[in-house]
Amino acid sequence: MALLQISEPGQSTAPHEHRLAVGIDLGTTNSLVAAVRSGVADTLPDELGRHLLPSVVHYRRDADPEVGEAALEAAADDPLNTIASVKRLMGRGIEDVKRLGNLLPYEFSPGASAMPRIQTAAGERSPVEVSADILRILKQRAVASLGGELSGAVITVPAYFDDAQRQATKDAARLAGLNVLRLLNEPTAAAVAYGLDQNAEGVFAIYDLGGGTFDISILQLNRGVFEVLATAGDSALGGDDLDHAIADWMWRAAGLSEHADRKLQRRLLRDARAAKQSLTDEQTVPVQVLRPDDTVWQGTLTRATLEQLVDPLIERTLAPTRRALKDAGLKPQDIREVVMVGGSTRMPRVREKVQAFFSREPLTTIDPDKVVAIGAATQADILAGNKPDSDMLLLDVIPLSLGLEIMGGMVEKIIPRNSTIPTVRAQEFTTFKDGQTALLIHVLQGERELVSDCRSLARFELRGIPPMVAGAARIRVSFQVDADGLLGVAARELGTGIEATIVVKPSYGLTDAEIEQMLRDSITHASDDNAARNLREQQVDADRVLEAVQAALRADGDKYLDRDERAAIDAALAALHNARAGSDRKAIKQAVTLLDEATQAFAMRRMDASVNAALTGHRLDEFKS
Amino acid sequence: MTGQVFGGVQADLGKSYFELFGLPVTYDLDVTDLATRYRELQRRFHPDRFASASEPERRLSLQLTAQINAAFQTLKDPVARARYLLGLQGVDTGEDTDTAMDTAFLMEQMELRESLAEAREAADRHARLGTLRLRVNEEFEARSTRLRTRFAENSEPARRQARNLVREMQFLQKLAHEVEELE
Repeated sequence: MALLQISEPGQSTAPHEHRLAVGIDLGTTNSLVAAVRSGVADTLPDELGRHLLPSVVHYRRDADPEVGEAALEAAADDPLNTIASVKRLMGRGIEDVKRLGNLLPYEFSPGASAMPRIQTAAGERSPVEVSADILRILKQRAVASLGGELSGAVITVPAYFDDAQRQATKDAARLAGLNVLRLLNEPTAAAVAYGLDQNAEGVFAIYDLGGGTFDISILQLNRGVFEVLATAGDSALGGDDLDHAIADWMWRAAGLSEHADRKLQRRLLRDARAAKQSLTDEQTVPVQVLRPDDTVWQGTLTRATLEQLVDPLIERTLAPTRRALKDAGLKPQDIREVVMVGGSTRMPRVREKVQAFFSREPLTTIDPDKVVAIGAATQADILAGNKPDSDMLLLDVIPLSLGLEIMGGMVEKIIPRNSTIPTVRAQEFTTFKDGQTALLIHVLQGERELVSDCRSLARFELRGIPPMVAGAARIRVSFQVDADGLLGVAARELGTGIEATIVVKPSYGLTDAEIEQMLRDSITHASDDNAARNLREQQVDADRVLEAVQAALRADGDKYLDRDERAAIDAALAALHNARAGSDRKAIKQAVTLLDEATQAFAMRRMDASVNAALTGHRLDEFKS
Repeated sequence: MTGQVFGGVQADLGKSYFELFGLPVTYDLDVTDLATRYRELQRRFHPDRFASASEPERRLSLQLTAQINAAFQTLKDPVARARYLLGLQGVDTGEDTDTAMDTAFLMEQMELRESLAEAREAADRHARLGTLRLRVNEEFEARSTRLRTRFAENSEPARRQARNLVREMQFLQKLAHEVEELE
């Protein structure tokens, strides 16, 4: 660990060591990790040179789980303990999972929260834990390649992910010991990878045909500011469906019966995928099927046949594409560039169809499997503070409306979809019984009017309302959505100013207690090596805080603090320095919290002054540069 | 955990939306200029700028940018801007509680709504909707112009008139939106 550099007095920005930050594309089928090295963003390979990590985890009774290729190989022999496509389960309840039932062979059992758990040889695992196991491998790969602890990570999520799904992703990162700098929408990451943020302005379409999902996003860029205008997609359509269509054709051509064993199905799918990939460059490809009676069917798959098979599927991607354009109030010719994401966009037919739809050649120069991770790495490098002069700013919108349950099972919208985040809305409530001291608020996400048609996010129980006659209490509840698209709630009785205590019951996420338990488990079971790593992570966090506070003090300490205030902050700083030098993880954490508290008023004054300075007394043309 | 409870104390910088954008408190503002200021503020205060800052600073930046977003949404829309401006002057437009409207205006609204219903079914639907939209926009703009003068007068009767104009504009805006949906 390098020592902090102390800047010369009068120097406005303190130089700091280059912070290691990564971008992670946590995909349904494959995951990747990327970083900026020597100014270039690229994905990081494992020791065998493989960049893509299959998002598959194989659980074993008395051994660490296998992740990636090894798990994929185990899938055939041990399907019930091999978890794939766990992204589909993130932030989902046991009821949703039942609906996906026939697609997923796993045994589920309900946990303390509504989050489903998968029964494995290693015990029960929630989707969050399975994702954390994938993230842990990517993190190890990054630490090994970059040669140091990570200061943070940007993790990408689909633009339409609701609050529960985003929170589940963030929880998984927390379990894997990653400091999440930001959850970034996948289409935005792809646009960043192509440097579209360098353009002055324009509207861009991101066409993302992955293994199992299709997403289309319309982004608007205006002087370095990205806005997501609309998103649409089909969560059950992807390259796998193309493979299935080809496998079905081979099946029929070989004259096979309705019933075939899983092994043959898997082999057919594998051959179908290989045939599809060959047809990217060839016009025809020989195919064969080994029948159960050991006879062999041989045939030829032509590009023309392939196109017949996949055209209906590609056509299905254009319906959501039209819908997204309509939502954005745009026509195909308004789109300035089209970015291709996802392995399936390598198929020439997909490119042709997309080009015909938009009357424009799509961007394909960056590997469509890597483009999202590369964009995330670019953003991570900036958020970690390695590029203080960067002007890039990504503004996102909330993908689905947030609402509250009102009388009669109806939903009243409080934050409409496509509102730019962060955002805060306040709503007033009252009591309907004399002496009522508690109130239940049910928050939902979705566009429909009935509670039963929307997705339940959480129930907030407000307690500690001062007893009054019915209707006299005025409880102001603020709903806040942060830059990651995550919901927060605060409540206060206006007459008395009393803060209501809020008890959250997440509908699909983990409760705080469950996460604490998982963290404790991972620490208790961890070897000394893990303990040492946890300590290093806490030290990295402490360094970040120390550096931030010292820089703020250098810049504005004399301006906004009197002698006592300065002394209090200096004492908290010194305490953190001391704790940082020791090896007590908890003590460091506590010192960070105390320093945060000590600097609250200072931060407030700086921010206030900064707002005043931002615009007052400036002429407009100064901003137009 | 879904739905975190965030720190109760809010960053109330005690600024009106106009002050936040460094603008004079007036109905008459240039939306392009407003958008430029909005972007400049976001560039400076967005949580991404504070990703490596201390916890209090990150929290403040979140609250501040939420406020900047709310201010921009309000100020860029003429009706919301006017309602906010009246609110600053202590006038509640009271759409929820007071539904009384000028009779002549209501008659005109009924007539416009009938035209909309007819246009929907007509063979030359697009032409009719186009004409209707133009007419609704004209009515809206005419009121917006009158509103500008009322706000400039800064008197009690002017404020009352302004309140009525805002309520009428709200009607027209809703109608224009419906026409656009059909087009």
